[in-house]
Amino acid sequence: MTAALQFRDPVRGEALLRRLARAVDATGATRERPVSVMHVCGSHEQAIARYGLRSRFPAALDVRMGPGCPVCVTDAPEIDAAVALARSGLHVLTYGDMLRVPGTEASLDDARAAGARVEVIYAATQAVAAARASAATVVFFATGFETTAVATGALLRAAPPDNLQVLSAHKWVPAAMEVVAENPNSRIGGYLAAGHAATITGWGVFEGFVARHGKPVVVAGFEPLDILAGLCVLVEQIAEGRAEVVNAFPRCVGREGNARALAALNDVFETDAGEWRGIAHVPSGNLRLRAAYAAHDAAHTFADRLAAAAEPIPRANAADCVCGAIMIGQACPTDCALFGRACRPDTPVGACMVSTEGACRIWYEARA
Amino acid sequence: MCLGVPGVIIQISPLTEAGHTAVVDFSGVRREVCLDLVDEPVEVGDHVLVHVGFAIRRIAPEDLAETLAFFASLAAEDLEGLPPPVPPTGERES
Ligand code: SF4
Repeated sequence: MTAALQFRDPVRGEALLRRLARAVDATGATRERPVSVMHVCGSHEQAIARYGLRSRFPAALDVRMGPGCPVCVTDAPEIDAAVALARSGLHVLTYGDMLRVPGTEASLDDARAAGARVEVIYAATQAVAAARASAATVVFFATGFETTAVATGALLRAAPPDNLQVLSAHKWVPAAMEVVAENPNSRIGGYLAAGHAATITGWGVFEGFVARHGKPVVVAGFEPLDILAGLCVLVEQIAEGRAEVVNAFPRCVGREGNARALAALNDVFETDAGEWRGIAHVPSGNLRLRAAYAAHDAAHTFADRLAAAAEPIPRANAADCVCGAIMIGQACPTDCALFGRACRPDTPVGACMVSTEGACRIWYEARA
Repeated sequence: MCLGVPGVIIQISPLTEAGHTAVVDFSGVRREVCLDLVDEPVEVGDHVLVHVGFAIRRIAPEDLAETLAFFASLAAEDLEGLPPPVPPTGERES
């Protein structure tokens, strides 16, 4: 019996569900007027679906998905830029999930089918290896939240070969949580924060958020007990009218985070206002390379090619996609008219149907 | 993409141009992992959380025990009528 199984122990899970039901009752919530909480991590939704937790949640508890899927929040113009560089003849590397994400008019997969050189990698270090093995320029289309950005930062600090260029679409999650919390229509009473991102930032990063918005934040891991325990602690705070940061993932998260990883992040990147797909403008939500790394910054090196790329023509029905509303907790996948009809994993209209961390994809596969 | 995966270090590799690396076992699958971002010394047998090819945290056995104890305490009041929970073990895995 390993510890992993202890984190999936159905008996403790059952006990935590009872505790959660009591906590939800204590808030006075009803099925008609539920208590709403939001998790900010695709891996949370995956675990909720994999272990069938959603059907076991109390009826008066509404667990919403937030902007926690890094693939889904990559904006169409960011994909367009990677597509433009690939089409211009450059060798582009990216994480597998990004391949099929629709840009305004095409995905990287479409560009590849038309002859562009696009390759999938699973580890950031493969980008450096590919550049060392090649005489040509290699463009690493680097996406993901702080957990992934630190890896990009580390390889840029480790004297990478001159022919490695990074096109950064990295994003900073705490900034998007601000946008969700500031939405005047938001009924979210508390937030379940992603354990892995907090491994880097530390749970202390949420103290300011709690102070500003008066809503509790609980950092939780990704096993069933992690999620159930996290929800218990979160809803109990709501019931008692408290708002604090609680670390329910102490096996991986400390208050200060990983100083070495944060140094790599801060040394290489600076935050910048930018667009998140569907959510629109997120102040300080994007991570761009600092000027000191301009020699490796594809946005800088290939500014001409990016400016010269034709303005893409939007695909039909892209405007009907409600991914954005889903990612700020204002809609569910089943609220979308295209869900399971025009939009399916093999014919995705929106990014949320592409990624295995996307809400629409997870819901589609859970019901299939 | 955002999945962090826990694994066990089975060999620390000599320093190369790829930086400090180790071979990490993920339930039978072995991968070369970069150690440049871990903020404490690691050795063979340590558990680490790995993300896109970088170890980002050493998972200390005492932290694992702390998490399990925390969950057990939360669940304790509500165990009535349920079969006994999975007993704690000395084995380290997240
Ligand atoms: S079902 Fe498809 S079109 Fe609808 S919101 Fe989800 S990804 Fe967008």
